[in-house]
Amino acid sequence: MIPAGFEYHRPTDISSAISILQTHGDDARVLAGGHSLIPMMKLRMTDLAHLVDLQAIKVLRGISIEAQSVSIGAMVTQHELITDAGLAAAIPIIAEASLQIADPQVRYVGTLGGNVANGDPGNDMPGLMQCLGASYELVGPNGIRQVAARDFYDSAYFTAREDEEILTRIHIPVPIPGTGYAYEKQKRKIGDYATAASAVLITVEGGSCTAASIAMTNLADTPIWAEAAGAALIGSSLYDVACSSAVAAAINAIDPVADNRGPVAFKKHVAAVILRRAIDRAIARAT
Amino acid sequence: MAKSHIKMTVNGKEVEALAEARTLLIHFLREDLKITGPHIGCDTSHCGACTVEIDGKSVKSCTVFVAQANGANITTVEGLVNADGSLSVIQEMFREHHGLQCGFCTPGMITRVHRLLLENPTPTDEEIRFGIAGNLCRCTGYQNIVKAVRASAEILNTTQEAAE
Repeated sequence: MIPAGFEYHRPTDISSAISILQTHGDDARVLAGGHSLIPMMKLRMTDLAHLVDLQAIKVLRGISIEAQSVSIGAMVTQHELITDAGLAAAIPIIAEASLQIADPQVRYVGTLGGNVANGDPGNDMPGLMQCLGASYELVGPNGIRQVAARDFYDSAYFTAREDEEILTRIHIPVPIPGTGYAYEKQKRKIGDYATAASAVLITVEGGSCTAASIAMTNLADTPIWAEAAGAALIGSSLYDVACSSAVAAAINAIDPVADNRGPVAFKKHVAAVILRRAIDRAIARAT
Repeated sequence: MAKSHIKMTVNGKEVEALAEARTLLIHFLREDLKITGPHIGCDTSHCGACTVEIDGKSVKSCTVFVAQANGANITTVEGLVNADGSLSVIQEMFREHHGLQCGFCTPGMITRVHRLLLENPTPTDEEIRFGIAGNLCRCTGYQNIVKAVRASAEILNTTQEAAE
């Protein structure tokens, strides 16, 4: 399969990349790892006259870790997220989730920025970023702005990013030390998108839950941060009743559709099972 | 569309050519450079038969435009043989343990395993299977591929120790 022709650009700084987007409007798209965009171009489901490759823009790279927050460049790959020792110590759920994306070859080139910006409800990182309370840095002709991951997704492939903006970095608050975490994903086979996936963070102090955050992936046309599910755990001693209430609240928040991964009832069933597993594992890891 | 000037290193040799930006790297390698080790299996970034190394990373070359790889250092299975042209350890172990039947996936498998063993010289069987999850084989059931990788790791580690 050969895509339609396009003009290739490889700018070396953000402002050049944005001016190319301004010049060509809808006819231009940015290219990160390309493993979502290129298959669509090969199928001729996406037709673009201009492709703006971000690989040479150095400020889009790098992971910087501070006590309270981590900042990750949009072009950081899943492979880098998995192998970065500092990140594994600060926010280990990121590597756990990254290992469940696609396969090794795809993870060498697939980027965090591409994964969160594309708006594909099947992608794993948007839900994880909502769970973590991350914010996205967007740079456009009018400067820089930050949008919370929880406010970014409007519907499948539609996000708060304007056409002339580039998502440049992801800022993530570091969870309180001892916070339990789990990313659970049910898929038909290795490399697949989730039938259902969930990201869970649980903080325990003195035997009761003081903070909890739960997000669900591929169970609606956007990722779902289930605020009520987290609230069901906060203040509880995390016994079975509270966990069951959290699962019920999360299932109430999702809106899956029937597709080749199964009918709606099945997806809700799977979502409940994997979320309960994630909650149990997060509790076991909380100290 | 105008053709771009492409310059890259492939298997240690500098290569220059004119190509359309939309040309996929796998087509550039096979049709322009006549390097036919990397295969086109699924053409949808699933099977891994087209795996090559780009700047030290295993990548599916059916999902990379030649323009993206402009300036890169690329290694295909042809670049993994010993200097005298004989089979390298991984290639020899795939032969000895019969880690193939039809052989179509083998170049991609060997290219991927080369990087896997550089990153993890002592993988468990589970790590081997997880590490080659992006390479599909429809013949073997993977059993002999895992054996070949395990044997390769043992020989490479013994050679490494002997050298130290």
